[in-house]
Amino acid sequence: MSIDTAIAAKVAKLARIRVEEDALPALAEEFNNILGFIEQLNEVNVDGVEPMTSVTPQRLKRRVDVVNDGDQQDKVLKNAPDAREGFFAVPKVVE
Amino acid sequence: MSALNTFTIAEARDKLRAKEVTAVELTQACLTAIEGADALGAYVHKTPDLAMEQAKAADARLAAGDAPDMCGIPLGIKDLFCTKGVDSQAASRILQGFKPEYESTVSQNLLDAGTITLGKLNMDEFAMGSSNETSVYGNAVNPWKVDDRQLTPGGSSGGSASAVAADLCLAATGTDTGGSIRQPAAFTGIVGIKPTYGRCSRWGVVAFASSLDQAGPMTKTVRDAAIMLETMAGYDPKDSTSADIPVPNFEAMLTGDIRGKKIGIPKEYRMDGMPAEIEKLWEDGTAKLRDAGAEIVDISLPHTKYALPAYYVIAPAEASSNLARYDGVRFGHRASLAAGDGITEMYEKTRAEGFGPEVQRRIMVGTYVLSAGFYDAYYNRARRVRALIKKDFDDVFAAGVDAILTPATPSAAFGLGEMTDADPVQMYLNDVFTVTVNLAGLPGISVPTGLDSTGLPLGLQLIGRPWEEGDLLNTAYALEQAAGFVAKPQKWW
Repeated sequence: MSIDTAIAAKVAKLARIRVEEDALPALAEEFNNILGFIEQLNEVNVDGVEPMTSVTPQRLKRRVDVVNDGDQQDKVLKNAPDAREGFFAVPKVVE
Repeated sequence: MSALNTFTIAEARDKLRAKEVTAVELTQACLTAIEGADALGAYVHKTPDLAMEQAKAADARLAAGDAPDMCGIPLGIKDLFCTKGVDSQAASRILQGFKPEYESTVSQNLLDAGTITLGKLNMDEFAMGSSNETSVYGNAVNPWKVDDRQLTPGGSSGGSASAVAADLCLAATGTDTGGSIRQPAAFTGIVGIKPTYGRCSRWGVVAFASSLDQAGPMTKTVRDAAIMLETMAGYDPKDSTSADIPVPNFEAMLTGDIRGKKIGIPKEYRMDGMPAEIEKLWEDGTAKLRDAGAEIVDISLPHTKYALPAYYVIAPAEASSNLARYDGVRFGHRASLAAGDGITEMYEKTRAEGFGPEVQRRIMVGTYVLSAGFYDAYYNRARRVRALIKKDFDDVFAAGVDAILTPATPSAAFGLGEMTDADPVQMYLNDVFTVTVNLAGLPGISVPTGLDSTGLPLGLQLIGRPWEEGDLLNTAYALEQAAGFVAKPQKWW
């Protein structure tokens, strides 16, 4: 299917990336090029093939459910653009 | 004695033990070479003070005896690896100023063995690119030059490739999601191996596509790749996909004896419009392995054609999920906000300012293929095709093939800026020979085997069975010996 500017705007919104109105037509065209390339996958017969979840047949390791880390508030907050009183600070979320 | 920065890891190791050089001298030589090489754009954060401190510690450890092979070896580290207290920004504006409070497992394994960190190396932003032109730092440049053009060192590990080829370190770390170690290695005449998925821990490596990403060494020789991979690899409880299996002594497996090995030549890799020089390189490489006693067999990997389109669904899908964490809250860049802007505006402005165009494109493609209504048509279909691509390899290995020989890239290095106006899909074709290996989780190595008619290096790729990097490295070693590639770029920078 072909992507128009309305779908491009919706995708940008879902991805939380601001795209200016006048950039949407070019973006939609790029999507169409890339998706056109991906369409080739429709030629492949995938009947009865399970989608791959892991390249190596392995059962992921589990660890004991215990606290093994923590008490590093300073380190956790060190790279924050805005940290106050031991918390990450963001614009007001609830009116 | 030749300049110390031109040493291989193996040479440096032996001379350190013979007390002919010190780690401090090796480090000084590299730092001097780095200072004179800003034109290559390879190093983006230099750490000379840290390097000298580590070099002194390495010398002390060597003097005490019983130091590991990598002790005292000066390395460059790709900017994708988190390095404690040292800028680590994946060549992105969105991670500007980020100094991790921790060290990636792979770089920690190297440090534990006594290596020296010379600095962080340039790359494509979030490892998304094949020419190092999407970096926020600007381009890395290939030390190879045959006319007045500046050439790409490849990508995404372009700074690593440039630094190793120009002797700005003894070796470097790279990462490979679709060919990002092997393609730049081929473009710069060096060796690069992507190990089996799970061989190296991904912990502390900025994630691009988690089911495809693997770290690996980029080195001057196959022997060096064997030595360095052994140190980088190993089980890590902090990465649930890292394999809990022993890491062998890869170097000890380099006998050069490949008699009786079965080498597959896949017919699907003979692409329409493939340059005659690449075809010839491939035939020469095949002949050399045959002369070394290997049995050459024609094989078929029927789903090869669908690897790139499957990759360009799966990788962006995983990237859109992984890169959701860059929201201007916990680390990196946050856009300045207008009066009345709420949290959604903060996310949207931060991500629009922080991510470059290629990263934005891939996040949005990934968002689209994962969105309601398209998940099955795109994402699940791509994962089914991926299973078929892996089965192609499983079948060939089950038939007794030990390794597969292919070209590493469809061309030699191209000029920086030459692909700017091409549509993104043209750039994606750079990975046509390498991306299958990531989708199947296999080990793959790029070995320089010749020069094109203009004098630029070309590489061949060998693909091995899962977990058999030792055998793969040995075949690569035999190919390296037979090819006798010794050319180096002429210094112009």
